[in-house]
Amino acid sequence: MTRYLIPLGVFAVIALLLALGIHQAPRKDLVPSPLIGKPAPSFSLPSLANPRKLVTSAQLRGHWYLFNVWGTWCISCRMEEPELLAIAHTGRVPLIGLDWKDTRSVALAYLHEQGDPYRKIAFDPGGLAAIQWGVYGAPETFLVNPQGIIVYKYIGPITPGAWTRDFLPRLPAAAHAVAGS
Amino acid sequence: MRRLSPPRTMLLVALALLVAPIAHAIAPTRMPTPALQARYERLIHGFRCMQCQDESLANSPVSLAADMRRQIRQMLLAGDSDRQIRHFFVSRYGYFILFKPPFVLKTAWLWLAPGVLLVTGAVSAGWVIRRRAALAAADENDEDVPGEDGVASPGKHTR
Repeated sequence: MTRYLIPLGVFAVIALLLALGIHQAPRKDLVPSPLIGKPAPSFSLPSLANPRKLVTSAQLRGHWYLFNVWGTWCISCRMEEPELLAIAHTGRVPLIGLDWKDTRSVALAYLHEQGDPYRKIAFDPGGLAAIQWGVYGAPETFLVNPQGIIVYKYIGPITPGAWTRDFLPRLPAAAHAVAGS
Repeated sequence: MRRLSPPRTMLLVALALLVAPIAHAIAPTRMPTPALQARYERLIHGFRCMQCQDESLANSPVSLAADMRRQIRQMLLAGDSDRQIRHFFVSRYGYFILFKPPFVLKTAWLWLAPGVLLVTGAVSAGWVIRRRAALAAADENDEDVPGEDGVASPGKHTR
């Protein structure tokens, strides 16, 4: 009875394609980064706290670090802040911030009030460093290894679940992770 | 020019006001030469705004799009080719940023799927139409030759 099986088969194929489409549609905002497995973009930006000091990618070589793109205008970043403080508290990996398209005084007041989870913060009011990193929203967090290779990118606010599920397994054993600067 | 009646004038003013915010959403960028201007315009129309996804950089008022336009402008002024600029963005954002992605292995299904679906659809439609025609013809023959019972043709009611 191929006569009946053919339309059924066509239906099954279309249904499968649509099911895949529906399944992926809510994740349309998560565009996979082509930078994973590639060297982290080099940058040299003024420090948020002190405009005369520079934060450069060269300073970060040799250590694992989390590169967190944030801004005080970004509501999800504010939601993420407690988790960042918790991560900083574990001492597993230093957080390097990229304060993206922000106002210096506002950002400093915010950190003073909420607590500062970052080891260093690079200030990028013009947004061109963020483009180098392929950033298209905030928060975005990159995990970079001591060789300067981007190991992982997380889009959206880091949750406690995401930290244990997505970040911890990619990090080396606790003793090696913390590096002084 | 013919004089417009007051209601028409008001309508025109209202329409102009309607588009005014759109016209002013994106400050036009002036490039030093017409050739660079043309390349700039073509490039910004070819890139997707990553924040609003269904708009091009040319039409997007979000600040990330403005930064990207600035990046393109700087690269053009620095003498980069269109190809280099495209590569710059693709290597950071993936093929997704191009409204017209290239035909490579990774995007092959994207380009081929519509053609495959069209051919499949046309072949099945042709097959169904020919079968129906054959059944209808068989039906007519049935009326002439009694006793030679064919397959009941779907959708055709005998009165």
